[in-house]
Amino acid sequence: MTDANSDGLAGRLQAHFGARLLGLAEARGETTIELAPGDWASAGRELRDAFGFEQLVDLCGVDYLGYGEGEWDVADVSAEGFSRGVEGIAGPGRFRWEDRPAAATAPRRYAVVAHLLSVSRNQRLRIRCFAPDDALPVVPSLCEVWPGVNWFEREAFDLYGVVFEGHPDLRRILTDYGFIGHPFRKDFPLIGNVEVRYDPEKGRVVYEPVTSVEPRVGVPRVVRDDARFETARAESVARRAAGD
Amino acid sequence: MEIQSYTMNFGPQHPAAHGVLRLVLEMEGETVLRADPHVGLLHRATEKLAESKPFNQSIGYMDRLDYVSMMCNEHAYVRAIEALMGIEAPVRAQYIRTMFDEITRILNHLMWVGTNGLDLGAMAMFLYAFREREELMDCYEAVSGARMHATYYRPGGVYRDLPDAMPRYRESPWHKGKDVKRLNAWREGSLLDYLTAFTDDFPKRVDEYETLLTDNRIWKQRTVGIGVVSPELALAWGMTGPMLRGSGIAWDLRKKQPYAMYDRVDFDIPVGVNGDCYDRYLVRIEEMRQSNRIIRQCVDWLRANPGPVMLDNYKVAPPSRTEMKDDMEALIHHFKLFTEGYSVPAGEVYSAVEAPKGEFAAYLVSDGANKPFRLKLRAPGFAHLSSMDAVVRGHMLSDVVAMIGTYDVVFGEIDR
Repeated sequence: MTDANSDGLAGRLQAHFGARLLGLAEARGETTIELAPGDWASAGRELRDAFGFEQLVDLCGVDYLGYGEGEWDVADVSAEGFSRGVEGIAGPGRFRWEDRPAAATAPRRYAVVAHLLSVSRNQRLRIRCFAPDDALPVVPSLCEVWPGVNWFEREAFDLYGVVFEGHPDLRRILTDYGFIGHPFRKDFPLIGNVEVRYDPEKGRVVYEPVTSVEPRVGVPRVVRDDARFETARAESVARRAAGD
Repeated sequence: MEIQSYTMNFGPQHPAAHGVLRLVLEMEGETVLRADPHVGLLHRATEKLAESKPFNQSIGYMDRLDYVSMMCNEHAYVRAIEALMGIEAPVRAQYIRTMFDEITRILNHLMWVGTNGLDLGAMAMFLYAFREREELMDCYEAVSGARMHATYYRPGGVYRDLPDAMPRYRESPWHKGKDVKRLNAWREGSLLDYLTAFTDDFPKRVDEYETLLTDNRIWKQRTVGIGVVSPELALAWGMTGPMLRGSGIAWDLRKKQPYAMYDRVDFDIPVGVNGDCYDRYLVRIEEMRQSNRIIRQCVDWLRANPGPVMLDNYKVAPPSRTEMKDDMEALIHHFKLFTEGYSVPAGEVYSAVEAPKGEFAAYLVSDGANKPFRLKLRAPGFAHLSSMDAVVRGHMLSDVVAMIGTYDVVFGEIDR
């Protein structure tokens, strides 16, 4: 992947898309571009036809809610313990949408990220598109361009509730028949909302609010700026210079 | 009265559904008009679970995705973490990974040829394949203690070096005297000795499979010209691995975007011509022979080159037990590593490996925390199965079974 993108793909993308390119980043040998929802489908077609990206290998939703935020103030943990995780609705992953953590750095909450692969040119490209409306995220479908994206979009719809406009068959795919909610959203609790058991009196399977498990955080989420990887990076460069 | 078409439920409890596939088929007589696979019966939300725990604690989940090619899944995940942290495993660890990726490929293809044979009426194939599978499972067990869910690859290397001794069979009511001696014949030396014996022996075993199937009239009747996937169709549907190579496209990440030590070993990519089930069978059989070659090259290198198998960086890898006995720093590192874990620099990376089924990848988004912000696992089987409807339309019901087999579906990875 590192040397595959070295033939100036970024430059060609910049020249081709111009102002339609909302963002372009190159990191770790990977190229990422950001597109507006309005350009999503047409740009996909151009990327396939003009840039040789015959394959869309992966598409997924991302929920940027709470990006870059630690779960606790680590300073007073020893005094209070990790109680926050077990106190009902207030715990991480147990907040309501109104009580969501504020000041997320991402411009919007839901993004759709796709990875393209050009078999003929041996290149990869990541394309991203933020849905304009957090309440009802809508992004155009790419099914017309790459038929193989069908199930990936169904999955993103199922797990994140992103609606793909123009998708021929937008049904849930991974969750249960009749499932309510979109489980991979950051405000959907890890333990779920309902649990299932067989009720011998009613003679059928019943859905009830979760009681058998408690929300719990084993290890707190800690965001740290870590200088030690700089050391590791320098060491690995030195090792490579020394010839393994 | 005339019946136009009817709907049939195939699975999720059908033995030829390879796990929990529910296939709703619209049939006209024996002909399939439309196929609608229902997946998700094995959905465990692995990706969401990974968001709630430190990076290292999710490695074990990777084994349980595609549970017949365990270490390849680990490899994609571990490489994603390494890429974000900018660390690199020592060369010996990379060779060990290459070797175990190929052992895994043989394991997977053996499982595939066995069960696909079983689906299409070749019972004996299953018994042959499981004989060798068991031998390779012993290698998994020797390095990690577990036959399948190894959790052997770690960011920064592999968990420990290859063992000097293989576990041996003991006398039991079922194995006595000469029998035990035969079973232990390869196990006198180290794991590398065992693998040398295996790689010497394995090509003959592949010949045996081929005598059973390759020119078998029934096998060819069930596979030749069935489920033809054109190269254009294969690309459009996001197919990778043997599905793509069976259609004549020589695409293999091990050659095109080499990782680990694949650029230092010698092997060929087999490619099909017609893109039917039979060609994909031939591709997989040849891949086993090539994997055997790679394993042998890795064994020879590993024998000659001892060295560290884990980074000497206590922020990522735990210190040794002996060091912890009298070094306070080491003890603190150990404690921090196993409680809080390590924070991975913010960023995103897509790390793909050539898993036995195709391109398996981990798309990892980190926000600088000790847990992944988002982990998306790209399963080759998911993309393959989504093309089901396009491929089986107009085929007979029995060909649907051949097609499910040739997709090499495993629901651990499709449902995640």
